[in-house]
Amino acid sequence: MNGRYVQRYTPQERRTHWIVAICFILAALSGLAFFHPAFYFLSSLFGGGPWARILHPFIGVVMFAFFLVTMVRFWKLNRITDADRQWMKRIRDVIANRDEGLPEAGKYNAGQKYLFWVIVVSLWLLILSGIVVWRPYFADGFPIWLNRAAVLVHSIAAWVLVAGIIVHVYAAIWVKGTMRAMTRGTVTRAWAKHHHPAWYREVAGK
Amino acid sequence: MASLQSLDITARSSTTSPTPSVRQTTEVAKLIDESKCIGCKACQVACMNWNDLRDAVGENVGVYDNPHDLSPSSWTLMRFFEVEPEQNRLEWLIRKDGCMHCSDPGCLKACPSPGAIVQYSNGIVDFISENCIGCGYCVTGCPFNIPRISKKDNKAYKCTLCSDRVGVGLEPACVKTCPTGAISFGSKVDMKQYAEKRAGELRERGYKGAGVYDPAGVGGTHVMYVMKHADRPALVGLPEDPQVSPAVSLWKGLAKPLAALSLGLIALGGFLHYVTVGPKEVEDDEEKEDVK
Repeated sequence: MNGRYVQRYTPQERRTHWIVAICFILAALSGLAFFHPAFYFLSSLFGGGPWARILHPFIGVVMFAFFLVTMVRFWKLNRITDADRQWMKRIRDVIANRDEGLPEAGKYNAGQKYLFWVIVVSLWLLILSGIVVWRPYFADGFPIWLNRAAVLVHSIAAWVLVAGIIVHVYAAIWVKGTMRAMTRGTVTRAWAKHHHPAWYREVAGK
Repeated sequence: MASLQSLDITARSSTTSPTPSVRQTTEVAKLIDESKCIGCKACQVACMNWNDLRDAVGENVGVYDNPHDLSPSSWTLMRFFEVEPEQNRLEWLIRKDGCMHCSDPGCLKACPSPGAIVQYSNGIVDFISENCIGCGYCVTGCPFNIPRISKKDNKAYKCTLCSDRVGVGLEPACVKTCPTGAISFGSKVDMKQYAEKRAGELRERGYKGAGVYDPAGVGGTHVMYVMKHADRPALVGLPEDPQVSPAVSLWKGLAKPLAALSLGLIALGGFLHYVTVGPKEVEDDEEKEDVK
């Protein structure tokens, strides 16, 4: 591949990512409405309380379905290695922008990999607990103790996911040149060489 | 039902600011004396009559319970129990089931819709159905398994303790109709006193476990029972020590403000990091070296 840029994500990968992202925002806004009175006004964005209640689980299912595609596609690239553990030990340096001498990252660095698994686990918990409390279709079919456990699991997993996504979005703002990977599909060679040297060697064929 | 008593609301679901509570009313209670109940179901008829509700006609499955369970149109139900509290001593116990109107209502605690569940200063817990969004959280919150969600309109329904009658100085319809005086209604203080007197009488008659069911785990209730076997409420399908489930308490208690606050702090932390440490930018010379 020649020129200033290298390909990081295919059009299909970008499309899937953004469908998941849009669903996440809609599910998070409608879900927050049910979680805390301070956020109840968000249900108006969906046409009021009952509509938010009706739409939220369907949005969640679409998000989960498209995320499954992402998960299958990327899980191998997100296996945690010894280099990743070394990388995590220097997380303070990473946060302070002292990147010199970090263990070389492949397509994903350790932070991205852990975030990937956080998202995988929380989405599985969300879909499973969400089905248990889904009214009017499934909730009555599950025992009450499971309903009670599920609402708690659902909100804890949702908190973890929202916190994870805040970190994810901030990381894309923080590390300049990252955003275009998901909007245009490409990154500069310099970006790739600096942040993901092992991956860069692979794609540049060096 | 719609809220008819808008000046004396002590608690309102999903509301963090004070509720209109300028008017104080006397705390009321309904007392159900199990030992006087003959299982005639007049209370069920009075309930459907006053509230103008007709449940679907069911089928006889060999027990006296009719309908089989509470439903969106059946807010009270006589439950029949054939038990042997002592060996070879069969007793036929009857309990009028329905909302207990807890002082600390789990339904109200769990409800995410502002004003869909209210508690009046007289102690009645009322569903304001027009605000109900049909999520079923009240079902998870209730320790007595009372609220039922209608398949027709996805709204939750339950006994209102005839808040519309009580609000204008009448007793609930079931109380009015009970032919044996097994259901009485009055101030909570009076009912408690009367209940203790009745329990004493039952103990004198040989029911050693007789007592009053006004469980402290939910702050006491505004529907109380005089029971022949108050030491074993499970005989009539009541929980020994009802409490709002710890999962629900955590979820709609501590977790709520903590989660909201912590998410805000994480976002703020990101912003502060950006304006103090700054972005990660790839050095210019790295870029140049690259374009050649």
